[in-house]
Amino acid sequence: MAMLTVEDLKIYYSTPLGHVKAVDGVSFEVKEGEVFGIAGESGCGKSTLVHSLILRKPPMVHMGGRALFKGKDLMTLSPEESKKIRYTELSIIPQYAMNALNPTKKIKDIVWDLAKEHGYTDREEVEKLLRERLSMVKLSPKVADMYPVELSGGMRQRATMVVSTLLNPDLLIADEVTSALDVTTQRVVIELLHHFMKEGIVKSIIFVTHDLALLDKIADRVMILYAGKVVEIGSTEEVINNPAHPYTRLLINSLPRMGVQYKKQKLKGIPGYPISLLNPPKGCRFYTRCPYALDKCPSEEPKLVKVGNEHYAACHLLGGESQ
Amino acid sequence: MSELLKVEHLTKIFTSGFIGGFEIRAVDDVSFTIKKGEIVSLVGESGSGKTTIGKLILRLIQPTSGRILFEGKDILQMSKKELRENYYRQVQAVFQDPFASFNPLHPVDRAFDLISESYLTDVSRDERKELVRDALRQIGLNPDEVLGKFPHQLSGGQLQRILIARALLLKPKLLIADEIVSMLDASTRIDVLNLLGDFRDKYGTSVLFVTHDLALGYYISDTTIIMYRGTIVEMGDTEKVFQNPLHPYTRMLLESVPDLNVKWEFKGIEPEKEEGTVYSLQGCRYAPRCPRATRLCFVRRPELIEFEKNHWVACHFYY
Repeated sequence: MAMLTVEDLKIYYSTPLGHVKAVDGVSFEVKEGEVFGIAGESGCGKSTLVHSLILRKPPMVHMGGRALFKGKDLMTLSPEESKKIRYTELSIIPQYAMNALNPTKKIKDIVWDLAKEHGYTDREEVEKLLRERLSMVKLSPKVADMYPVELSGGMRQRATMVVSTLLNPDLLIADEVTSALDVTTQRVVIELLHHFMKEGIVKSIIFVTHDLALLDKIADRVMILYAGKVVEIGSTEEVINNPAHPYTRLLINSLPRMGVQYKKQKLKGIPGYPISLLNPPKGCRFYTRCPYALDKCPSEEPKLVKVGNEHYAACHLLGGESQ
Repeated sequence: MSELLKVEHLTKIFTSGFIGGFEIRAVDDVSFTIKKGEIVSLVGESGSGKTTIGKLILRLIQPTSGRILFEGKDILQMSKKELRENYYRQVQAVFQDPFASFNPLHPVDRAFDLISESYLTDVSRDERKELVRDALRQIGLNPDEVLGKFPHQLSGGQLQRILIARALLLKPKLLIADEIVSMLDASTRIDVLNLLGDFRDKYGTSVLFVTHDLALGYYISDTTIIMYRGTIVEMGDTEKVFQNPLHPYTRMLLESVPDLNVKWEFKGIEPEKEEGTVYSLQGCRYAPRCPRATRLCFVRRPELIEFEKNHWVACHFYY
């Protein structure tokens, strides 16, 4: 069952020089009960994509496509409607989760404000739930009565995750939540997300990151974005172990891993830099850096083709001209 | 290989609060050496003191106690003039944020002008230009593509390469590289790292590679130093430290690194251990989080001991 179906979504930024095509015709599906990973480098559109699902404000503009979430198109919801589904159906953990909470309010007051807005009337019941959840993430229930500044970074991270998921959202979006964290705290966050899924607190997660190795640990399926386009999508296992698109392959080969040392085996990065999204080429957006580029790559856009079981990639080498 | 830099019992205490009532021992009795032509990675999480050590070696801050010997000379005794004329010609640094390292109002060339005005005074203008172009070519940039450009016209990877080119223009004996690739994308990161290796191979430049990323440290360095809250917990040959980690902290760190070759098992949520007072702890600073800690660990600080050849650990468990 699809929780979220995104069809040909186009999200641009309007600038004096024209539109920056940050997300340009992206389609995918997030199923109920799965962790869906979105990976890519800076400027690939991954953050724009998930933020557009929650709130679009200038200079971000919706230029086409739909995002059907439980039957409703997120792109056409009124501000009131989208406010209503925030936290209860669709929730996001912000990138700097450690500093996301209002420092002048006690955790329980932050939570009560939020619950009140969603029609909760019994304060005691909400606080009881908060204390339960705090214990679940191994924080003292007393944290409810504390101010965010009184908590250590790691504790704040946990508290923010409790707040974002308190009203049992169906779909939780985690946008680069681990990128500023130490590896040990990062591991805790992954454990927490796994636990939220297992306990049925959230039904699906979209996990956005630049770190493929981390995605490998938590995601069921992954989508690789490059310069606003989907280059590859499939089960994590397939994409990591059997990458089809040259970009994915080169990216995975450039990742250092245990057992690989400069002295013995030199790794190679991808030469060049991503193209400008103001005037992207008509064809494949990776062709400027691709060692296998063909004559038609700059002018003809490759379509996603099936390369395995539920595994798709967009490249002319794989026969990307026929759908 | 002979010693280039020797750090002895280095300690840096930061004080804060009213009349310095609150102390943090950011670096606490740290000793290690860097040999000529050696790449040493200094690995630790935030708050481990790794950046402070880099700053102390660059004399950007003064240590509370301890010595730093560069080719046998104590750099803390050097005058400002000596530092400028001699030390900084041989010790250069590159930092984490390439965007913050450039003045946005000037073209990137200025970074080179400043250094050649101070150090390459005996070289003619044209020769200087050629030196810069040559340095840029060596790190894989096309000089015509970057010279004359403003920082915002270039990518983070290009800027960071320019900074490395600048640092290496003087062919220093030691390069302090503090988290230099942490803001770069995975696809450009490894090439910047390879540059450090190339330079060492070509010119024998020693590198102190400060990082929080264990996989990068493992990839590039000959020697690894693992720090926890201002103290060295383990150090030695990179191979030995990673293949046979001894300290419980090193083991925990290695288990937390996402690696494509390793599957994770979900172990359930563990409580966050309180460690606010850890900087003033009498014993081992890792004791409050350590699964093996005994009473001794809380009262006596373990010394670094050589467990096997060139593999040191500071843990009571190995006495």
